[in-house]
Amino acid sequence: MKTSCSTLIGFLLLLTTVAFAQERPYFVTYSHEMEEPGNLDIEMFNAVGQPPGANLFLGSNVEFEYGVKAWWTSEFYLDGQSTQNDSTIFTGFRWENRIRPLMREHWINPVVYVEFEDTSADKALREVVGHDGVPDFQQRNAEARLDKEREMELKLILGSNYRGWNISENIISEKNLSNEPWEFGYAWAVSRPLRLAASAHKCNFCAERFQSGVEMYGGLGDRYSFGTSRTSHYIGPTVNWTAANGTTLSFSPQFGLNDFSILHLYRFGISYEIEQFLSYFHRGGDR
Amino acid sequence: MRRAGLMLLIFMVLLPAWRANAAADGAWMASVPAKDHERTNPYQGQADAVSAGQNIFEEHCAKCHGANAEGTKKRPPLKSERVQQQATPGDLHWLLVNGNMKKGMPSWAKLPDPQIWQVISFLKSMHE
Repeated sequence: MKTSCSTLIGFLLLLTTVAFAQERPYFVTYSHEMEEPGNLDIEMFNAVGQPPGANLFLGSNVEFEYGVKAWWTSEFYLDGQSTQNDSTIFTGFRWENRIRPLMREHWINPVVYVEFEDTSADKALREVVGHDGVPDFQQRNAEARLDKEREMELKLILGSNYRGWNISENIISEKNLSNEPWEFGYAWAVSRPLRLAASAHKCNFCAERFQSGVEMYGGLGDRYSFGTSRTSHYIGPTVNWTAANGTTLSFSPQFGLNDFSILHLYRFGISYEIEQFLSYFHRGGDR
Repeated sequence: MRRAGLMLLIFMVLLPAWRANAAADGAWMASVPAKDHERTNPYQGQADAVSAGQNIFEEHCAKCHGANAEGTKKRPPLKSERVQQQATPGDLHWLLVNGNMKKGMPSWAKLPDPQIWQVISFLKSMHE
């Protein structure tokens, strides 16, 4: 067990040192912007929190996001978590595809998101649906792992860009492939670079390299109990910084809005984009 | 019945994308609306905008279009007559915002409008 824990931590730390990219400063919300075709984005996102009556946890996922076409992005996730006074475990994987049905930019741009996930004891909080809340974090890992979640998730992503602002809304539905009802959730976020025009000189800490905004997300119950009763909701400011070499660091303190939510969450991420990834494998490819 | 409904949903989602992908080589310039075609670059003639545009080009465009916009094996040069002479700044702005997704050019609407104009300043400066 100790070996697998240290392997997981070592793997995550290694990725932290090499992984970077330019992204919106969102942790849960997807924008309509797709990965550029041929680019591979390696990302690591983390959530730290301490639910009442439970141990401090760190939920993480490593993501490999590839632009298959200009209108199609595919992404593979590996999830893990570490809980104080408990254990560090690999919690599963996810595979998602995003397809943009409209080929041009409009006032509101829809993207269809389809995901399959096979996880258990997940604490990465990549989305909140149904009646997800504090009780899910109070179980010990050994117990939580018994609850396998093989789920199909569908999202309608709506995004707009207006005068430098990005406004994104996600409508989420999720179905456990065992006999459980459809669950629903939402996420929205707004962000803007601190300056819209780029500087004439190369710089790492110019205002246009920082983006800030607000993100909010939560559950909306399930098919039989739709609404906000016994659901958790979070909101928080969010910021990121993109270095000239493509390194992006993101951070967001987030606040639970009711007793069913974890009071404080701290989210941070790092990403790196490898441009034209497959060209590294072509003979005579332009590296 | 449910499976048929799911298949129909997948078909409806994929059809527009497939149709666009299957389209013949498009003259994207013919798709530019007149009001976009007429737009002028607010940064025209500004040396700072050219420098800023060059930086943005190096970060986002050079890997596909070449460090000097000479093009690569699969992506077109931007020193072509079409880009340098035939296309107006408004045409290029429209292309960068909308992309030409069926041909692999993504939308760059994620860049703020001033940065798109700065890139256009740089591209047009290569001809001057």
